[in-house]
Amino acid sequence: MGQTVVEVNDLSRSFGSKRALDGVTFHTMAGQVYGLVGANGAGKTTLLKHLLGLLRAATGSVRVFGLDPVRDPVGVLGRVGYLSEERDLPEWMRIDELMAYTQAFHPTWDASYARELIDTFGLDPSKKIKELSKGMRAQAGLVTAVAHRPELLILDEPSSGLDAVVRRDILDAIVRTVTDDGRTVIFSSHLLDEVERMSDHVTLIHQGRVALSGVLDDVRGSYQRSRLHFVEHLVQPPVLETAMVIEGGGRTWSVVHSGSLEQFRRAVVARGGEIVESRNATLEEIFMARAGRSRQVEAA
Amino acid sequence: MDITITVTDGVPIYRQIINQVKYLVASGLLLPGEELPAIRTLALQLKVTPNTIVKAYGDLETLGVVHKRRGSGTFVSEGRPQLAIRERRRVIEQRIDALLAEAHQLNFTVDDILRMVRERKAAMAPTDAEPEEVEK
Repeated sequence: MGQTVVEVNDLSRSFGSKRALDGVTFHTMAGQVYGLVGANGAGKTTLLKHLLGLLRAATGSVRVFGLDPVRDPVGVLGRVGYLSEERDLPEWMRIDELMAYTQAFHPTWDASYARELIDTFGLDPSKKIKELSKGMRAQAGLVTAVAHRPELLILDEPSSGLDAVVRRDILDAIVRTVTDDGRTVIFSSHLLDEVERMSDHVTLIHQGRVALSGVLDDVRGSYQRSRLHFVEHLVQPPVLETAMVIEGGGRTWSVVHSGSLEQFRRAVVARGGEIVESRNATLEEIFMARAGRSRQVEAA
Repeated sequence: MDITITVTDGVPIYRQIINQVKYLVASGLLLPGEELPAIRTLALQLKVTPNTIVKAYGDLETLGVVHKRRGSGTFVSEGRPQLAIRERRRVIEQRIDALLAEAHQLNFTVDDILRMVRERKAAMAPTDAEPEEVEK
């Protein structure tokens, strides 16, 4: 693995009485894709804004390329590409003006790459930003985020509200960024199947805290979803130590659980049941178990 | 390369790629010496992180299914008849496992099933000769 790119240690931040981030530690290595997930208002955007120096760490520390993004914005931002959730671009500019404007900030700007992307997206360079559709606006924002070939690409909810074609453009940009000389991508998303496909690492933020973080395949491998069948009709969900979510009713229950399958099997048998089927849980199931409303029980 | 990824059944994506490449090789849809897509190309096609392709290709190389040539790409290895037989067996064995589970639920014995398989075969193609015995 490559070098450490981002080092966030024990970062906390409050807005008024609301605790937006609470002791967050988050590290990234070069050449990897990091997926950031969590409900709206969980703290994903707040964390990303700290990486860009848009917010100052109240407690804890933030380092990007070993630098403090608040004290050394030029050193950090010149090497970072960022697509914000609001896609806040200057409305009055034409696309070609936006490119020239962005280029001025980035000595590494690759004008032919920018032209190629604008071409591929079918954007008209003479159009004003305010005339663009939501999808075109995201595409224009994406060009400004990647055309200087940043070492770190940060995308905040890049797919939010976009159709499949533009979403594909965004995923392609992630793949290209990583395969071109081991650059790093951090993206937040609420589309878990996208995170599952595109991430090497996944971090779940829940109510300002890191609820789960690790290599995606390791995270996936440590949770199972099993279907259980019981001889007797159960009125209450069965009590199973490693179970995190139990759904179902009567004689058939579906459980998301962690730990060893063998241990779980013994617990199920001890309650008079058997495992009908078991498989690795999907990210969606794991996240619902860790951050959702747990123990949903259907009326039997 | 015809590969389909799903994120609903809980199988890690790199493993899905490994299984499908093995299947393509075993079934002759990928031939020895044939080049696999470049990492970036396959990542773009499947919409997955390139590191997943790197991992899948690496494991396939360890398994001897493919090999890398310096400065060029990843190629299907020559002469893997053992693999082909193992893979063909694996595909059929999965079907047999499912059949046995269902037979058990419906109260058929293994002997019933064996007899029924022969009967079906006879009804289907009465003149067909049995294929030569598969290497054990």
